[in-house]
Amino acid sequence: MEHVDGNALAGPLAEFFSFDATTATARCNGCGAIGELARAMVYRSGAGTVVRCSSCDHVLATLVETAGRAWIGLSGISAIEVPRGPATSSG
Amino acid sequence: MSEAVAQRPESNAPSAVPPSAALRAVPRSGWHVATVASTRRETPNASRLELDVDGWPGNAAGQHLDVRLTAPDGYTATRSYSIASSGTGTRVTLAVDKLPDGEVSPYLVDEVRGGDMLEVHGPLGAFFVWAPDAAAAGDSDGDDTGGPTAGTRPVQLIAGGSGVVPLFAMAAAHGAVADSTPFRLLYSVRSPDDVYFADELQRLAEASAPLRLDLVYTRRAPDGWPSSPARITREVLETAVIPAAERPRVFVCGSTGFVERVADWLVELGHDARSIRTERYGGT
Amino acid sequence: MSFITRGFSGRSRDRDDRLPPGQTLVPDFPVLSAGPTPEVDTAEWEFTIRTESGVHRWNWDEFMALAIEDVDTDIHCVTHWSKLGTNWRGVSLDTLFEHVETEREFVMAHSYGGYTTNVPLDELLGGKAWVAFEFDGEPLEPEHGGPARLLVPHLYFWKSAKWVRGLLMMDEDEPGFWEQNGYHLHGDPWTEERYW
Repeated sequence: MEHVDGNALAGPLAEFFSFDATTATARCNGCGAIGELARAMVYRSGAGTVVRCSSCDHVLATLVETAGRAWIGLSGISAIEVPRGPATSSG
Repeated sequence: MSEAVAQRPESNAPSAVPPSAALRAVPRSGWHVATVASTRRETPNASRLELDVDGWPGNAAGQHLDVRLTAPDGYTATRSYSIASSGTGTRVTLAVDKLPDGEVSPYLVDEVRGGDMLEVHGPLGAFFVWAPDAAAAGDSDGDDTGGPTAGTRPVQLIAGGSGVVPLFAMAAAHGAVADSTPFRLLYSVRSPDDVYFADELQRLAEASAPLRLDLVYTRRAPDGWPSSPARITREVLETAVIPAAERPRVFVCGSTGFVERVADWLVELGHDARSIRTERYGGT
Repeated sequence: MSFITRGFSGRSRDRDDRLPPGQTLVPDFPVLSAGPTPEVDTAEWEFTIRTESGVHRWNWDEFMALAIEDVDTDIHCVTHWSKLGTNWRGVSLDTLFEHVETEREFVMAHSYGGYTTNVPLDELLGGKAWVAFEFDGEPLEPEHGGPARLLVPHLYFWKSAKWVRGLLMMDEDEPGFWEQNGYHLHGDPWTEERYW
């Protein structure tokens, strides 16, 4: 079965996050690899979307969408990092 | 950056922290109603759609949107399409390839006409984008220390078939502001009839912003073309891609198989995997 | 703000009284996968049932020596497609559990490739479930779960785990792969137990 890139998650993830989460960096629970979600492997089927680590195939996340509801499972991700700008107040 | 590190813990309240440049660099996405302004054949198998999108916040070059179609019985189908245009306006250009077994693309290519309304979600994706600004959105290649800045690193675009759409948006954005970054586009396409944005690409290649265009025909080449039709090989990549020594930022878009082959060869040819960004498009 | 798209009907969706609510007939056999298709050689394949007292194990040859049944059944996928009158060959779970002693009432099916799905044991016994290795007279193709898949046709088809390699007996019902992420623990198509 063919996969696409994590870029394709931008739309579905917008239901859950207020920023573009595909640029966020995640750590795989399986092998410890760290990379942008945009670089993960995405398998889409009618049942749902499965996001896998591009290093080890481990399931990072699942997305299930219906007409009225959506679920995200992040069982394979130990941490997510987002970039932040410099603080406005001096530290 | 050092300011953020030096920040006191109590100033970590979300309200005290502005969104970073990377998160701000692309407009906020949302659902919008698009009215089809015009549609025309782009190639024998594809249509170009001009959409006027109510409330569209503009988009960066390389972003995509999701189109949701709803049938009278409530059935919906949603697919992603790369945007061929960029900038601040509410006019959005798509070029849609008709997939033989598709559900949405045949509708967009054959059925849609001017005045129709579509639901679109976007603009989407801050990773597969290029902006003339040196601090390009999501440019976290991470290997910039000591080298030229991201803004002056050359840009190599590699397209397979309809994968040219977001790369055309990047080349057009580059041309529109006469950006001096060296650009090169390697475009693998079945035949001369299947070239998307053929006239526009020709004009961009002749304009002041540096863009070198390399076409590879896989099934039928124009008369007098120096090489016979063939798929892209590692050898072609070696000659028609900015060498790894010049540390280009590389964007590859095409079918899953195309992207996989090209990305593997690029790494073999010495390109840093972190400087390669890919966008595979799936079936249907 | 959703509105009907002029001129769009989607793929044809036929209606039939034999279909559970919300289902439509398909002529083909859609493939639903959560990842790459595992390639499992029958020389390496084995099937296990793990209970509180131990492990029951069959290799491919031992499995083929069990009583094999022909199964004629309708299948219903949660993604709204159904196929009527599909033909399978496989070993009944009644046969596999013949010599298995367990007090545990719940099952987690495990697959090559890591997929899991949960089913109560009484939903697998009494002529309701098989481990199938043939579809339409041909060896089950890898993309449809070959060499062998679970076949529980009275539940939504995600319960019919592809590439099945074993059953783990559990004291409590626990959610499998999709059941952890929105899908219904039980999955009866006639009462539309699709999601939580």
